Amino acid sequence: MRYLPHMDVDRREMLGAIGVDSIDALYRDVPATALRTSPVEGLPHHMTELEVERLLGAMAAKNRAAGATPFFIGCGAYKHHVPASVDHIIQRGEFLTSYTPYQPEIAQGTLQYLFEFQSQVARLTGMEVANASMYDGSTAMTEAIFMAQRVTRRTRAIISAGVHPHYVDVARALTQFSDETLLIGTPELTDGRPGDDLDWILSELDERTSCVVVQNPNLFGHVADLSDLAAACHAKGALLVVVVTEVVSLGAIRAPGDMGADIVVGEGQSIGVGLNFGGPYLGLFACREKHVRQAPGRLCGETVDASGRRGFVLTLSTREQHIRREKATSNICTNSGLCALAFSIHLSLLGEAGLRQLASYNHARAVQVAERLAAVKGVRLVNGAFFNEFTLLLDRPSRAVVRDLGNKGVLAGVALDRLYPGVAGLENGVTLAVTETATDADIDALVRGFEELLSC
Amino acid sequence: MLNRQGRPTAAGDAADTATPETFTGHKGLDLNEPLIFEIGRTDRSGVDVPVPPRVTSRLGGLERLAPIELPGLSEPEAVRHYTRLSRKNYAIDMGLFPLGSCTMKHNPRLNEKMARLPGFADIHPLQPQDTVQGALELIDLVAHWLMTLTGMPAVAMSPKAGAHGELCGLMAIRAAHEARGDARKVVLCPESAHGTNPATAAFCGYKVEDIPATADGRVDLAALKSRLGPDVAAIMLTNPNTCGLFERDIIEIAEATHAAGAYFYCDGANFNAIVGKVRPGDLGIDAMHINLHKTFSTPHGGGGPGAGPVVFSEALAPFAPLPYVHKAHGRFELVEHRGEGDEHFASQTFGRMVAFHGQMGMFVRAASYMLSHGADGLMQAAEDAVLNANYILARLKDVMSPAFAGPCMHEALFDDGFLKDTGVTTLDFAKAMIDEGYHPMTMYFPLVVHGAMLIEPTETESKAALDEFIMAMRALAAAARRGEKERFTGAPHFAPVQRLDETRAARQPVLTYKAPTQMQAAQ
Repeated sequence: MRYLPHMDVDRREMLGAIGVDSIDALYRDVPATALRTSPVEGLPHHMTELEVERLLGAMAAKNRAAGATPFFIGCGAYKHHVPASVDHIIQRGEFLTSYTPYQPEIAQGTLQYLFEFQSQVARLTGMEVANASMYDGSTAMTEAIFMAQRVTRRTRAIISAGVHPHYVDVARALTQFSDETLLIGTPELTDGRPGDDLDWILSELDERTSCVVVQNPNLFGHVADLSDLAAACHAKGALLVVVVTEVVSLGAIRAPGDMGADIVVGEGQSIGVGLNFGGPYLGLFACREKHVRQAPGRLCGETVDASGRRGFVLTLSTREQHIRREKATSNICTNSGLCALAFSIHLSLLGEAGLRQLASYNHARAVQVAERLAAVKGVRLVNGAFFNEFTLLLDRPSRAVVRDLGNKGVLAGVALDRLYPGVAGLENGVTLAVTETATDADIDALVRGFEELLSC
Repeated sequence: MLNRQGRPTAAGDAADTATPETFTGHKGLDLNEPLIFEIGRTDRSGVDVPVPPRVTSRLGGLERLAPIELPGLSEPEAVRHYTRLSRKNYAIDMGLFPLGSCTMKHNPRLNEKMARLPGFADIHPLQPQDTVQGALELIDLVAHWLMTLTGMPAVAMSPKAGAHGELCGLMAIRAAHEARGDARKVVLCPESAHGTNPATAAFCGYKVEDIPATADGRVDLAALKSRLGPDVAAIMLTNPNTCGLFERDIIEIAEATHAAGAYFYCDGANFNAIVGKVRPGDLGIDAMHINLHKTFSTPHGGGGPGAGPVVFSEALAPFAPLPYVHKAHGRFELVEHRGEGDEHFASQTFGRMVAFHGQMGMFVRAASYMLSHGADGLMQAAEDAVLNANYILARLKDVMSPAFAGPCMHEALFDDGFLKDTGVTTLDFAKAMIDEGYHPMTMYFPLVVHGAMLIEPTETESKAALDEFIMAMRALAAAARRGEKERFTGAPHFAPVQRLDETRAARQPVLTYKAPTQMQAAQ
């Protein structure tokens, strides 16, 4: 077996040194009825590298890769081009095969990029501090709700209808055995501002509210000014939590921090990580410095070594499970380190100028596509303001349209019925994202596809 | 005195042989590297983005006008920056990484290649299911291996890490109790447990109580039996346990737990010691997470991303999370909502844990590892892991102090008894290992052993690598006994940085970069 260095002669020598005559003697504490002496049945034996490549390659070939087809799907995961150097760097063994930096003297590489990552995330979101990342955007959002509970000592969170329904489901599942109550908005495709339920939020907001959670741009692509909402939250002593699932938008739209957010969480997948069928992804978590001791997850901080030189360590770990055990702020024990590295490299390559240009390009292309689709018979553009994602209302249920377009080789967004099965008023809606990866030919194919399907 | 590599062997010698300070601050291949904020420019970019077409903005007047202050690097600058940073890390690729409980085994590069196939890496989680049948098949394949290897009838694939898997298991347990109106309040776990165990139980609203241990490092069965009762919802137990020992009474523990109406959650962090040798399903457990980054060799990546699928017994399967892959009529279906899919599995689901379907990239790597090894190779891997740990235990037991009598499983646990009266602590000993070119073992864990040193060599170390490590450990133990205290207390002498001031980092947290001008303004 190519990954196991021992020859049988090594094993015999080592058993001799240990003073036993068989490996099974080392398993003597296992109840005899449970110890196996032959390989588990029902599974194949070892394969060569070539055999594995053939088998998995055939499985991969059954999927339609986003890069091989006109592609307009978003709703929480976005197809962006990732520079080749990003993947090259994250495959360096010193990054790929290192561990959590518990021994800082020999992990300064990881610790320095985490410090740089935290600084980039803080600037991008307009916040003061950020942690070293979380599992994904949805779990980061739930952690924010629990953090708001610790900060405000209140237990009612209001979640806007514009928040990704999977994120809401995660919050629902993970709070069900706690004393947290969630008030969740009902999504509507309101003309000009789909998913915007600001009036309802303000009607529910009171002195019992721990936080208000909104997404910007929201699930339907709508972009909103959150400044007044932030002021309203603060007037009631509640925190404003802003969710960002498309971080490229932060190169074009005012940062949540500048609009008064107290916690910003997000999905960092758009920058550096790739689609990966949903994971691994990169949860972003940023907050105000005054609340940092209530924050979840790992934090990297600057310090000095014994000779006074700058260095970095994991810090404020008295919040964490390995010290606090059942009193920890969260049970989390890892971050999404390698994805954070990919994000940080890609964002370093972009820089502010590149990010702004990329965001501007995404927006301009999305506007072009939205305007062309709005002119198709049977299609209505619901959004007023949007970034690179918008929602269309068709003259018929969208699920079949999206499926039929898929069969024609055009991946034309997400039918809202898939995310909100049976919710009235959404079944004809479809949300599309347009990024720098869409070519003119892709866009022509998309428009032609809608024209053909909706004409009959 | 110099060692074989020409390096000083004690700190006191360093001054005699030290090279002069350099102009640059670099020392040969040991290169200092500033922060991106100190070398980048906001107007420089390493990415060429096309000029946007002219359109009327539809951002609703919310344009971001203020500077973001994100530094940019050209590609050569970026490649050099990160390459220099990488060289300040220790990694499995560089040497033996005996970090107990973490399973730092070789990460096969085939796994990386497979995970990057566009058919796996470049597909969207919300694509129409007809366009991702191969991806769903891959998830189903890994699920099949996990169920077969554990002898368990069901598996939830979506948890994103070991601790997330624990949460999945405990949520299912609580949902199962609540479904029959049973409001149990207590979860028992031993003091030797990973910190995530009590943290997870508390997150699910449970009160955590200790399971007492015996002098030989295992659960005190009699004490456990006497504590089990109608208020106990579950026990959480790691097996092999965090002392590196197999719980001999595990079947009786499971029976007693079930007799009391509680569930048995097994922390599967150490499954790599028994994969292919013991099926946890034969031991009577109800739920167990499997760290794909341990047993199945997906890379640790400097702290994630991991993956923590959870296998379930029949009793808990109905409470498993959404979504999941369901095979029906020769087609794979992703079940994303309640009331769809299988009649038993997740039929009373506690809900959703992640935005999408779990760590697909890790599933592909794990599949590549499983197929490469096969059932026979996995069994051999477990046996070699146990052999290697026992070899280390046998060859160090005369100079270090084993915490418990052997045999051990995949990791060997020592206490700090052999350092008594030397003035050297476990921490000092660990830091001296850095100077010898090794990552330290896990230290001060488990908490039940004084000054614990937990050594896990893994199966991917050759005998020659183990022998060299053993000689280094013996030499260090001898140096400590000889009274060469400074060699330890000042260590590491040869790392990129010396010991770091962690107290200062926590008391005056600096968590983001601030330009010198910002710093002055703040003061």
